[in-house]
Amino acid sequence: MTDSMPAVRAEGLSLRYGNTLAVDDVSIDLPSGRSVGVIGPDGVGKSSLLALIVGARRMQTGRLEVLGGDMARAGHRARIAPRIAYMPQGLGRNLYPTLSVRENVDFFGRLFGEGAQERAQRIDELLKATGLAPFADRAAAKLSGGMKQKLGLCCALVHDPDLLVLDEPTTGVDPLSRREFWALIDRIRADRPHMSLLVSSAYMEEAARFDHLVAMDAGKVLATGSTAEILERTGAADLDAAFIALLPEENRSRHKDLSIPPRDPASDGENVIEAENLTVRFGDFTAVDQVSFRIKRGEIFGFLGSNGCGKTTTMKALTGLLDPSDGTTKIYGRKVDAHDMATRKRIGYMTQSFSLYSELTVRQNLDLHGQLFDMTSAEIVPRIAELAERFDLEDVLDSLPMRLPLGIRQRLSLAVALIHRPEILILDEPTSGVDPVARDIFWQSLIDLSRNDGVTIFISTHYMAEATRCDRISLMHQGRVLVSDTPEAIREEVGAETLDDAFVHHLQRAQDQDTPPAPEMKEELSAGPATSARRRRGGFSLARLLSFSWRESLELRRDPIRLTLASLGSVILMIVLGYGVSMDVENLKFAALDFDRSILSQSYVNDLAGSRYFDEEPPLVDHADLDYRMRAGEISLALEIPPGFAADLERGRPVAIGAWFDGAMPMRADTVRGYIQGMHAHWLTEQMRQVFGDQAVAGNFTLEVRYRYNPDVESLAAMVPAMIPLLLMLIPATLAVLSVAREKETGSIVNLYVTPARRLEFLLGKQVPYVVLGFMNYLLLLALAVVVFGVPVKGSLLALSLGALIYVVLATGLGLLISAFTQSQVTALFFTFMATLIPAMQYGGIIDPVASMDGMGRVIGEIYPTSHFVTISRGTFSKALGFDDLGGSFLPMLALVPVVVLLGAIFVRKQEK
Amino acid sequence: MRLRHVLQLSLKEIRGLLRDPLLMVLVAYAFTLDVYVSATAIPESLNSATIGIVDEDASPLSRRVADAFLPPYFMPPAQIDIAQMDARMDAGIDTFSLVIPPEFQRDLLAGNRPELQLNVDATRVSQAFTGAGSISAIVNQEIAGWLARDAAPVGMPVDLAVRARFNPSLDPAWFGAVTSVISTVTMLSIILSGAALIRERDHGTLEHLLVMPVTAAEIMTSKVLSMGSVVLVATALSLTLVVQAGMGIPIGGSVALYLVGAALHLFATTSMGILLATIAGSMPQFAMLLLLVLLPLDILSGGVTPRESMPQAVQYIMLAAPNTHFIALAQGVLFRGAGLSVVWPQLVALMLIGSVMFAFALHRFRAFLR
Repeated sequence: MTDSMPAVRAEGLSLRYGNTLAVDDVSIDLPSGRSVGVIGPDGVGKSSLLALIVGARRMQTGRLEVLGGDMARAGHRARIAPRIAYMPQGLGRNLYPTLSVRENVDFFGRLFGEGAQERAQRIDELLKATGLAPFADRAAAKLSGGMKQKLGLCCALVHDPDLLVLDEPTTGVDPLSRREFWALIDRIRADRPHMSLLVSSAYMEEAARFDHLVAMDAGKVLATGSTAEILERTGAADLDAAFIALLPEENRSRHKDLSIPPRDPASDGENVIEAENLTVRFGDFTAVDQVSFRIKRGEIFGFLGSNGCGKTTTMKALTGLLDPSDGTTKIYGRKVDAHDMATRKRIGYMTQSFSLYSELTVRQNLDLHGQLFDMTSAEIVPRIAELAERFDLEDVLDSLPMRLPLGIRQRLSLAVALIHRPEILILDEPTSGVDPVARDIFWQSLIDLSRNDGVTIFISTHYMAEATRCDRISLMHQGRVLVSDTPEAIREEVGAETLDDAFVHHLQRAQDQDTPPAPEMKEELSAGPATSARRRRGGFSLARLLSFSWRESLELRRDPIRLTLASLGSVILMIVLGYGVSMDVENLKFAALDFDRSILSQSYVNDLAGSRYFDEEPPLVDHADLDYRMRAGEISLALEIPPGFAADLERGRPVAIGAWFDGAMPMRADTVRGYIQGMHAHWLTEQMRQVFGDQAVAGNFTLEVRYRYNPDVESLAAMVPAMIPLLLMLIPATLAVLSVAREKETGSIVNLYVTPARRLEFLLGKQVPYVVLGFMNYLLLLALAVVVFGVPVKGSLLALSLGALIYVVLATGLGLLISAFTQSQVTALFFTFMATLIPAMQYGGIIDPVASMDGMGRVIGEIYPTSHFVTISRGTFSKALGFDDLGGSFLPMLALVPVVVLLGAIFVRKQEK
Repeated sequence: MRLRHVLQLSLKEIRGLLRDPLLMVLVAYAFTLDVYVSATAIPESLNSATIGIVDEDASPLSRRVADAFLPPYFMPPAQIDIAQMDARMDAGIDTFSLVIPPEFQRDLLAGNRPELQLNVDATRVSQAFTGAGSISAIVNQEIAGWLARDAAPVGMPVDLAVRARFNPSLDPAWFGAVTSVISTVTMLSIILSGAALIRERDHGTLEHLLVMPVTAAEIMTSKVLSMGSVVLVATALSLTLVVQAGMGIPIGGSVALYLVGAALHLFATTSMGILLATIAGSMPQFAMLLLLVLLPLDILSGGVTPRESMPQAVQYIMLAAPNTHFIALAQGVLFRGAGLSVVWPQLVALMLIGSVMFAFALHRFRAFLR
């Protein structure tokens, strides 16, 4: 059955990003039930091809059939998604950092619809087989690079795929783990003979194990065939050589065989890097345990070890990024001091993961680093040209790093570390994922630096071929140095044939000492009998929806600070705003410019000063004073009483009092105008009563004003029911908005692309925990309103709660919708504030009724759910209303729910563009 | 601290912003269309108020009263009966209901002192007071006018000349536009600076900076400088192009003086953003913290409701917030044409708050890097 139907068949397949053609007219047939290796230098389109095959990227031109169907059709992609497992490039990019190892695998099991028992069994098997079992409860973020790769494999294998696609799975994995990794793959293949395996790799020694090879360059396929065929065709002894032979002439010409001149013994003497009993602890965990070494000037010192053994921590201690818990580190005989700028300038450091600016182009990155190392622009320009030439970056100088493949990014990092011609280079796995040609070129420059310029190099690597080129190496395991000597001496000491074997020998011996011999990893991986049951067609699945909910709520629970902020935040905000916001206009400051100074004018001023609305300030001196104090905002009202006011009034001559008020805040100004006119009328009535007696003002009617619902016109009673809608919009939306944008930024969104999950399942599943959290927030606010503020719910509590539930669904839905079309978290956050705070506060009817607004604001107010929930909240709190009266407010909110959810589903893509 | 490093790192921040087109669109929207929409949406405090009239008298006088409620202050009054009144008010259809009792005109002329009843929905606090005052004035005027057909008015000849300064027609768009610019300035500057820091840490680039000869002060200053400048330029453009030129709103004082104040305010808010970022471990935590800080800053600083009506304690506490001083300064300069001699205390306060905020943020930032 193996050759009957190809697993993958491509015809004229091309993929273009902007101006770059990543995949160029590729036509291949990959047999099923075989292992296929895709090899080639960095940036030739290996990853793009794999992403197209698994359906993670949208097809552009050409035809592609995978597992017997057209990948351009969404229906077929949905059908075969459960049969494909994909592990993307990069250390654990598709994992969830706050979830534990077990939970990560569990989540993928759930996504593929496995039952609890089956899942538990498979997880146990997988973790045991990969040696992750002891770390089952460790958060994925705390794993070393190699362990993340293993975890990624577990996640891919938790369902039984027919096509397993691994994109550079062993990059950054130590030799022992790598052996175990491939042993695991072999066992799986033995159990599932019809499974096809498609792997891209930069390790040529690994490529030899595949049945079939595809060699790629510049988006094109150079050669396909079995390993033997390719060796034969190129006449090369090993694949490394064969690969180089396959390259086009101009690429090949750049490659020279490495020559390593011996170190000049005369340069010995000066210790450049020293560590003395270096110990670094994180809590109970000792990452580096009494490590000592001395590295001399111009020496290339290699650091090898299993993943997570403390190499990176040691390097960080040397750069001053970490303070040793014990022992000392010295650079040029001086203790490492994080604040010593002079020492920093002498060191070039390259971290394990890409840590340059993804928003800057390659050239801008190089330039920035040169500038920060205080190079002059005249030095920087030629230096960039030189480095670009040396690391073959000329064509990508104006590209953004994230658009580049891993290998080229690594070269860029190296170029950056070298830009200021450091005397010491500390390189943490600099060549992980870099193709052999580029690696050799890179090593050539390291050797030049060491031998010609006397640069001291401290490097960690997983490539044994590189380890042999070091002057001395140290083997590290679990924080301790096992052995430290020249590569040759280490190999001879244990009588091993290769350094690789010697390394494995040392590691195994160390492990045996640590733990009683682990039970041989012979557990058969059960080729799940439930397989067929799981092969259902990919309709909407509640189980998958709930698996997203489960994961999202786990992530939420892992972040107690955020949870506390969410609940405590609403309480604090409610109290602050409830007491702080007051619509009452009281204690307005006024001053009088009294030119009359009569008893009558005094009585006028006193009448005003005596009211609770106005506070009198010291009298005004002249017009300039009036002008100044109004401009400074010290007074909001100025009265001017003209000279001869009392006398004129007595003689019946018309007089006028001037009142200037501050119109800057129109709402307050209107109120002030109302007050002053009222006070004036009142004063007049009183005066007339005194002059003419009661009959002159005998009221001909009375107007009785009844303030309903809130008889004291208290701001608090009016504001509390309005604050609940405001907070219930802001907090749930802000909680939800980062969930999708964050996955896009970290890369785990790829799981949506390549698993059977549907967009609606993904979004609704994520929404559930936020709705629950939002509703709990509502209950908290309700309790606060009733108990602390003493604002009772006079109407139907059920109506209020139901309204709150629908409202929270809308608020979280809005957050997810924004999340769905924004690329970065910053944008998502800003967007949310713009889309919640402003409309809810200004157009939501909290301060001004929607009916009295104009223009776009009115339209927004009518559509935006806040206005409807404000009506419900005020109706139930203050007006004793129930469902019957509020029906009109429920309907518009209910109608919005499907709109928000569907828009979200439209904006989330099921494939990468 | 070397200026060159700061400038280079600032340039990097600005380049990063430019790489996010959606963010740029949002910033542009916040400073243009959003300003316009919020300026035009805010009603005058008595605008299109809804009123229902229960006219049980049906006399010429009662009709005269009912006809006196005119736009734009009032929506055309709805003639309703007493049974509908409660339901309409409950449903929020009418904010006011005026009940004119049977035989009102006759009782009035007979000197029986009839009683009118005005019901006010007091949950609509912003309209309740002004509306009731205005309705009462209209009713008084109409009845007096009706009575005065045949009698000379009695009274004292004291006129009250009331004039609003700085915004003579009390156009709320003036206030709305400027307030919207001010609150966007605060929001954007805190988000941008804080998020930029968290993003750098998440991506591992912060660690990378620390192995280079760059100090914490340089890193932080570059963020304050770049994000502050971006927002400052946007504010200046928004104020001159959108508010002044586009919407034709007169600016009372010197835009330059306002921008000096805005620059000091941004110094404080961007430092505050960094401070919040060092307290929050991750972007989701930062988002919640932001909400907790931004909402009171926005609402309690005097931009939305007048400060003097707030409880004393709130007024004092809010003196520590840069917004309070910035809003006082902005209102003084932009509305009332205040000059340096008037607003210098606000400038000093902003400078002080900014320096304290910056120093504290830098201290936290150093600890955060360890």
